[in-house]
Amino acid sequence: MKAPSFAYERAESLARACALLHQHAGNARILAGGQSLIPALNLRLSQPDLLIDISQLNELRHITVTATELVVGALTRHADIERSADVKRLFPVLTQAAAQIAHPAIRNRGTMGGSIALADPAAEWPAATLALDMSLTLASERGERRVPADSFFKGIYETGMAQDEMLKSIHIPLPAAGTRSAFGELTRRSGDYAITGAFVTARKSGATLSATRIAFFGVAGQPLLARGAMAALDGTTGDAAAVARAQACLAADLDPIADLYNTPATKLHLSRVLLARLVAQLA
Amino acid sequence: MNAPVPGLKPTTYIGQDVPRPNAKRLLAGRGQYVDDIRLPRELHAAFVRSPHAHAKIVHLNLDAARKAKGVFWCGSGVDVARAVSPWVGVLTHFKGLKSAPQYAVALERATWQGEAVAVVVAQTRAQAEDAAQLVEVDYDPLPAVTNMETALDPATPVIHADLGDNLAFTRGVDTGGVQDVFAGAHLVVEDTFRFGRHTGVCLEPRAITADFNPSEQQLTVYLGNQAPHMMRDIFAKHLDLPESHVRVISRDVGGSFGIKVHVYPDEMAIAGIAKLLGRPIRYLADRLESFSTDIHAREHLVKAKLATDKDGRILAFELDDLTGIGPYSVYPRTSAVEGNQVVNLTGGPYDFKHYLANLKVVFQNKTPTCQYRAVGHPIAVAVTEGLVDLAAQKLRLDPAEFRRRNLIADDNYPYTSASGLKFEALSHHACLDKLLKLMDYKGLRAEQQALRAKGIHRGIGLAALIEVTNPSALFYGVGGARISAQDGCTLRLEPTGWVTALTGVTEQGQGTEGMIAQVVASAVGIPVEHVRVITGDTDVTPYGGGTWASRAAGIGGEAALMAGHTLKANILALAAAILTRDAAGLDLRAAQIVDAATGEVLLPLAEAARIGQYRPDTLPRAFQPELTVSRQYGQRDWPFVFTNGIQASYVEVDTDTGFVKLLKHWMVEDCGTIINPLLVDEQLRGGIAQGIGGALFEECLYDDTGQLLNATMADYLVPMAAEMPDMVIGHVCTPTKSSELGAKGAGEAGTAGAPAAVMNAINDALSTLSARVTEQPFTPERILRALGKV
Amino acid sequence: MENAFQLAVKVNGADVAKTVEPRTHLIDFLRNDLGLTGSHIGCEHGVCGACTVLVNGEIVRGCLTLACQTHGAEVETVEGLTESGLIADLQTAFHQRNALQCGYCTPGMLVCATALLTEKPHATREEIREYLSGNFCRCTGYEAIVDAIETTAKNRAAGKQLAATNNAEAA
Repeated sequence: MKAPSFAYERAESLARACALLHQHAGNARILAGGQSLIPALNLRLSQPDLLIDISQLNELRHITVTATELVVGALTRHADIERSADVKRLFPVLTQAAAQIAHPAIRNRGTMGGSIALADPAAEWPAATLALDMSLTLASERGERRVPADSFFKGIYETGMAQDEMLKSIHIPLPAAGTRSAFGELTRRSGDYAITGAFVTARKSGATLSATRIAFFGVAGQPLLARGAMAALDGTTGDAAAVARAQACLAADLDPIADLYNTPATKLHLSRVLLARLVAQLA
Repeated sequence: MNAPVPGLKPTTYIGQDVPRPNAKRLLAGRGQYVDDIRLPRELHAAFVRSPHAHAKIVHLNLDAARKAKGVFWCGSGVDVARAVSPWVGVLTHFKGLKSAPQYAVALERATWQGEAVAVVVAQTRAQAEDAAQLVEVDYDPLPAVTNMETALDPATPVIHADLGDNLAFTRGVDTGGVQDVFAGAHLVVEDTFRFGRHTGVCLEPRAITADFNPSEQQLTVYLGNQAPHMMRDIFAKHLDLPESHVRVISRDVGGSFGIKVHVYPDEMAIAGIAKLLGRPIRYLADRLESFSTDIHAREHLVKAKLATDKDGRILAFELDDLTGIGPYSVYPRTSAVEGNQVVNLTGGPYDFKHYLANLKVVFQNKTPTCQYRAVGHPIAVAVTEGLVDLAAQKLRLDPAEFRRRNLIADDNYPYTSASGLKFEALSHHACLDKLLKLMDYKGLRAEQQALRAKGIHRGIGLAALIEVTNPSALFYGVGGARISAQDGCTLRLEPTGWVTALTGVTEQGQGTEGMIAQVVASAVGIPVEHVRVITGDTDVTPYGGGTWASRAAGIGGEAALMAGHTLKANILALAAAILTRDAAGLDLRAAQIVDAATGEVLLPLAEAARIGQYRPDTLPRAFQPELTVSRQYGQRDWPFVFTNGIQASYVEVDTDTGFVKLLKHWMVEDCGTIINPLLVDEQLRGGIAQGIGGALFEECLYDDTGQLLNATMADYLVPMAAEMPDMVIGHVCTPTKSSELGAKGAGEAGTAGAPAAVMNAINDALSTLSARVTEQPFTPERILRALGKV
Repeated sequence: MENAFQLAVKVNGADVAKTVEPRTHLIDFLRNDLGLTGSHIGCEHGVCGACTVLVNGEIVRGCLTLACQTHGAEVETVEGLTESGLIADLQTAFHQRNALQCGYCTPGMLVCATALLTEKPHATREEIREYLSGNFCRCTGYEAIVDAIETTAKNRAAGKQLAATNNAEAA
């Protein structure tokens, strides 16, 4: 099971990477951590002419806190996030989620940006971008643009990135006072792709929830916000009746698709169980 | 004055925890697995495999592949057939078993998704794979037979027209009057059990490097395999070479579990191409190929019944087993064995007289199935123990008490089972007692009750079992299989007094080499470090069966013991000649010739060995030292020497998610004399984990067209460290009298019973919720369905 | 060679300069080009852990890393860890506990355990199991492996304790 032949360029700067991407648009793939791309090459599911290796661009590997947001460079590895004190302090759900991504050896190389840019429907980070209302900075020879995560994911492995664009950084707005969040996923074995997984975040004033955001992954063709469930919980205390209403909304919100071992009905049921458990954690 | 030296006492390594000497090499990354061996001028092969489960090969175009970079040779099934003759996987003792001729590479028709249809040989594996992509195959897809339940329907196409139908084998057992017993029974329980197909997933994929030297017509095959002598015979026969012109070398083998004891078409093709090209050809199945071409096993649908009297005594079992084996019966062991074992073993631990069984083995267009660790046992044990727990539940008897009433009494041997199995001596009751104590059964039941009140659903599952070990020639030989039913051991005394042991049994990690060293060291009377063991080379080792059916310790160990006794006697004769004393008064202990009565040291073994090898001129004229000996042993007292054991599983079921958490696992078993507890315990633990894999995770998923859907390690779920429980192991020891050593096998009992124990534990946890699962693996979805939640 | 890449990398402490195809995986480079066959090929899609090696001190999958990506890096394999004596205690613990059977997963397990013992020297059994969850062993059922790593961790902690005590006394 050997990869097909391809040309290889080590980009020494972001500008060089963008230039190469522009030049070979459509026939080149960006190699970041490689933990999804290389298996696809090995299985010959992907046969690009050129790999543009950006893994040495240290300018894209950072976790920075500003007055308003946490900025994560696209090449920040899962393990960096898992170990970051800033992330743990500001977004403990991201610390938790990082520890659930595959296994330590994968987390040492796989990057947050790579995961988001690939838009694997079963991956944790794309859903996190939705739940935490992140925005993404995309770079190309044409310049940079910033897009909200909400409009980034278009379908299975499909995003709003143009062929000559690459992800540069991820921007996470700092949590407002009273924000609570929870993360969970159901996997058969540790590190497996989740049957269902979710991030839940809400602001709590007194016992009342507001600005609730719930993003699921592993259930549909792309990560998605459970908007019905979010509305059902907003303005409630997350009590049993509200949770039941939110659970009921998931059928329409998620419209799950089957995986190898689970029918849509099972995935919906498990998503409902998970949602209730996560809402309980907001308390 | 020095104090008198205390005399040396006899010592033995039998029963000692001796770490395996060969493990040090593996720990240093110095293993020699097939893919680690490099030969000069070697070439690499890649196969083109059918994407269809059943298709006619209309046209095959190799032109583009032949022109690709680095390519040395390309061939179709016809090309390979010039070097490799076809085979048919039948044996005469499975009466009526039929199969079709199978070729190394498909000729006109592919019969499962993954069957090879062409081969490419190139300078590197990557180049071979590049070229394989360029092979153009024009297929005409044919209807695929996938569902074994409809395989025999008149409307279902027949896979091999010449065979008339899709029925490979059938067998019945009827002890007579069974229906009457059921009709008159106090209680009859019945259930249907489904078992998902699974496969071995050896971490080292199947691997072969075949080298043919045309000048000597000599074929040397480096093969990850359990039975090198069997493979030597087969290569010779199907490549048309004298057996002595074939050498099979199996050095380190990265796991086998029965997977690496069969004839694989691609391996035969590689050997044939090596003969055609006169160059070494190397091939390592990649993981996708492993999933679609390593043998599968355990796809069974079983309907079974159990009858008891009012006191909960088992009166009768009835069994109806349907199993699908793929398009061919696998050569040379056949694919009838697993179903046959299910028929033989069902009800095995229990004392009952009436048995009615019916087995149907059918062809399908899926990967061929054959013997995989614990062949048939996991099915028979799950069916038996599932029904036993169900009966206990209906009778409101504690499952342990129900077993106590029905397990064959420990003093009731020899015993012949309803299915006709002969048991020399088993210890079911002793094992049960020990298990209950070990796990604190009563305490655990109390904990379970207390937690139930808090909405926590825990379950305890028991599973008693018997295991086939130390097979006689009745397993294969009587049916015409050229698979050795004996094994040999050759011992060579080196001039230093160390011993080199050559054995026909093989090492795939079980600890065969360590076990043989312990037996030899004990028998001869030397430190275990002074024994070097050589396995897995047909040019060197004595002819023998190899390691399978839990036979290495029981058969190979006994041969080593016999050889050790003989070598010791010869050494003492030599020492007697040197010392001019009577050999009867001498003994060999800790590498010293001693006075047998006092233990007084008379002569170092090294000195005796030196004289024996270099200075025989100093010995009496009539005395010739015999310092190399060989002995062979085949077990002939019983068809098989059975072992027994019992397992327990403790689980917690999350009734909202259907997830099962394994809390702990216990096993008490009786494999007779234990040569090395450290090795035996880890065999059992590893076996249990493999059984748990089948119970909770593993299944080869196919769609209706015969496409294998989960042929990656991300999708086919094997047991990993985070989910496995700690396992407590205990032993009862009833040595077999069929050998002096008294050892029985221990390689498969863990796998045999674990799925049943886990199933019963889950069902125990679900019992208050009126839910029950009998379809393995017990996925969250299946448990949720049983609970009515999805 | 197509698209040849001039690779300079330090492997087990020695500088290596080789021309490789970009598509060559690190595991194939180590095994085929350098003869370091201790690390194994198990699945070639990043799931089994048999090819686990250290790159710049971190465990990675040798089948999910291209050799050319290690340009300028330091790679360590079971051979290097063995020859340096760094994991002799771990290897002894594996041996004594029979924490290996066929041995095919063992180099990957040892390398993974090396990282674990550095990162989490006081790991609990659950943490050990979790850390190993990406390394497949078909033979042992894992318990002996967990035991061997736990023993090594305890011995190392006790050794450090002893060293600290001795230093304190010396001071």
